[in-house]
Amino acid sequence: MENIAEYLKAERSQEWRAELRKRMKAKERTSLERIKMPEEDPDVRNKNSVEVNRGLFPEMAIAESHRCLDCPDPTCITGCPVGINIPKFIKQIEVEDFAGAAITLKETNALPAVCGRVCPQEKQCELNCFYTQKLNKPPIAIGYLERFAADWERNSGQMSIPKTEKKNKIKVGVVGSGPAGLAAAGDLAKYGYDVTVFEALHEVGGVLKYGIPEFRLPNELVDVEIETMRKMGIKFRTDFIVGKTASFDDLKEEGFKAFFVGSGAGLPRFMNIPGENLNGIFSSNEYLTRINLMHAASEEYDTPVISGKNVAVIGGGNTAMDSVRTAKRLGAEKAMIIYRRSEVEMPARVEEIKHAKEEGIIFMNLHNPLEYYGDENGRVKQAKIQKMELGEPDASGRRRPIPIEGSEFIIDVDTVVVSVGVSPNPLIPQALKDLKVTDWGTIVVDPDTMQSSVPEIFAGGDIVRGGATVILAMGDGRKAAAGMHKYIQEKIKAN
Amino acid sequence: MSKILEKEFFSKNVVKLVLEAPEIAKTRKPGHFVIIRIDEKGERIPLTISSADEKKGTITLVIQKVGVTSAKLCNMNVGDVIMDVVGPLGTATHIEKVGTVLCAGGGVGVAPMLPIVEGLKKAGNRVITILAARSKDLIILEDQMREYSDEVIVMTDDGSYGKKGLVTAGMEEVINREKVDLCFVIGPAIMMKFGALTTKKYNIPTVASLNTIMVDGTGMCGACRVHIGGKTRFVCVDGPEFDAHQVDFDEMMTRLGAYKDQEYEAYQKYLQTVEA
Ligand SMILES: Cc1cc2nc3c(=O)[nH]c(=O)nc-3n(C[C@H](O)[C@H](O)[C@H](O)COP(=O)(O)OP(=O)(O)OC[C@H]3O[C@@H](n4cnc5c(N)ncnc54)[C@H](O)[C@@H]3O)c2cc1C
Ligand code: SF4
Ligand code: FES
Repeated sequence: MENIAEYLKAERSQEWRAELRKRMKAKERTSLERIKMPEEDPDVRNKNSVEVNRGLFPEMAIAESHRCLDCPDPTCITGCPVGINIPKFIKQIEVEDFAGAAITLKETNALPAVCGRVCPQEKQCELNCFYTQKLNKPPIAIGYLERFAADWERNSGQMSIPKTEKKNKIKVGVVGSGPAGLAAAGDLAKYGYDVTVFEALHEVGGVLKYGIPEFRLPNELVDVEIETMRKMGIKFRTDFIVGKTASFDDLKEEGFKAFFVGSGAGLPRFMNIPGENLNGIFSSNEYLTRINLMHAASEEYDTPVISGKNVAVIGGGNTAMDSVRTAKRLGAEKAMIIYRRSEVEMPARVEEIKHAKEEGIIFMNLHNPLEYYGDENGRVKQAKIQKMELGEPDASGRRRPIPIEGSEFIIDVDTVVVSVGVSPNPLIPQALKDLKVTDWGTIVVDPDTMQSSVPEIFAGGDIVRGGATVILAMGDGRKAAAGMHKYIQEKIKAN
Repeated sequence: MSKILEKEFFSKNVVKLVLEAPEIAKTRKPGHFVIIRIDEKGERIPLTISSADEKKGTITLVIQKVGVTSAKLCNMNVGDVIMDVVGPLGTATHIEKVGTVLCAGGGVGVAPMLPIVEGLKKAGNRVITILAARSKDLIILEDQMREYSDEVIVMTDDGSYGKKGLVTAGMEEVINREKVDLCFVIGPAIMMKFGALTTKKYNIPTVASLNTIMVDGTGMCGACRVHIGGKTRFVCVDGPEFDAHQVDFDEMMTRLGAYKDQEYEAYQKYLQTVEA
């Protein structure tokens, strides 16, 4: 870590930054107001799939960048899971070097346009910003600025294709094309490997495509990144399930020397309460996949979806928010969140909760479903709901919800989306008997190299962490790529 | 992407397609299925692999026209390309020598039964196969079944071929005649339900292969879920074969009807476009 601190210091003491700091007094900087993100009108956007946040205009981004103090000890960076050089990219925006800012972001973050949109900044960089910690003021809008620089680069048409080392013709495989797999593939290609990404679904992108909706993360943006990766020589094989279509041994026979597994936490959990298999009750994965991947809401596509007038979404995470806001957009009169704790404990990004409220989502916090009742066709028509109160904190540190006896009541619902979490995808562990997994089914890895108990297999993202975040998955992918590089090079030397 | 290499009509509404799919042909086993998507706008539907030729790199699917996607598939021709074919999915059939096995296939359920019958015979079992359908023109794969079965009994509802009667009548006849150690029932849900009730009376272990609605086929969505022995299981990864006496067939039938209205509407629309 020491050399990183020194590196940051050296960068900070560069002349242009020292000079920039002097241009404006700290007092003046701290007196500026935090920029507001321009948003689509809630009453219009809750009927379409247009992205809610419209992005900052250059003058807004420049204004916001002036607030940043370029601190000698930039605590924001400690909150960033991949250690982006935050003050540097913000100061580059201040001097209107937007392309430079994008390059700085890409030094450590493979997909800044994605992270600027979906990272829980309020729990990471922005939580640790000097403004939040010491001034009790709204933090620098680091996420908005990240998105701004990345979008600027993409729209400039000058998206640079990362330089790759001389091709070494060594074949490596990446299993899964979510953020973990994409980040690993990108770095492996930079090291010069011949990279193939295997994806079970018919589209590349993992949760970024089938899970997170268009109104929060436009697909087009992910496609641009994938296109860049193709240009770097990375091959994508969709409709290919490693462990089913071909085994790791088959692939090794084809010449693959090592693998990165980023197969995600795909297995949806249900609550196992009576009536949960009635028609009209979905996992959030199914509901969102039908809409986002299969385009069920569009007339031209063959996949159907049921989405009614009274939609209850069970849960309080990002997935629940995405589902309930999707239901609203599909015409629900009442789109409700039913969550067993209170808003403070909700794992969803703060901005998503705010947007959901603006869009007319009903929040039934401290409530929990007990049972569903169906009509004569087996379609859900009612739910029995129980009120909850908060007790002592549990293992997760959040206050434990306790049922209030006798508080049960019935509500009308015609669609229910169960969004109470996911378990690790069991396909890979099932296909590889020697692979060490935890009791929860996550793959055990060395935290420094991301190497699993099978030497040529590395892993990261949700399959290692359980349901986590995009940025952590990407960080893992990059760390694993470095681990794989070292492993392969050492093996070559030994021979 | 998979090219259609051969096409054969078994009957007006049942078509056999041979597809180019070398990797799947190599790794598939009896009981496995694939998920296909015809084109960019298509839906994903599961189809059991009826047979495969590893040398030629092909898999064979048998499709009955029941909705838009199956009708579109049946209207495709040799040389056409199916955009997505992914597999092999599911858990392979557990095949071992147990003695006498009764295999009851109804309608297109006969197609997924074929590799099972073949496997059972090769494992040294005495295999008695029942082919059941509404009428003669819906009886499929009879010659292939005869090749691997010690006996084949044909049952039709209307008596137009073989014996007149339901599949369960044929099953009871065999069970009353000789000792049956294991039974497979594959076909429409209602047929499997009554097939399972029949063998339950005689305490004969029975396996059913469930054809629920699916989306991804990899355990990611839960669309395929159904209660088995009181617990919710995902058919695409935990199945498709289960102990038939534990399956909640009524729930499965209700779930199969989840999109009845949408499917009917889409099918009518599709028929209009075909006619136009
Ligand atoms: C609706 C939703 C909203 C979310 N919102 C946010 C958010 O706002 N911010 C945030 O940080 N995080 C969010 N998350 C979490 C985040 O998306 C995940 O943590 C992240 O995507 C994990 O990345 P991954 O690469 O590990 O796995 P995934 O993105 O799940 O990708 C795994 C891929 O591997 C494929 N695969 C699996 N097995 C195989 C196999 N055997 N062979 C080939 N391919 C295989 C799968 O099909 C899938 O495409 C959200 C998740 C969901 C579901
Ligand atoms: S802590 Fe806040 S003010 Fe300080 S460098 Fe980081 S973003 Fe700027
Ligand atoms: S089809 Fe999606 S989990 Fe089985």
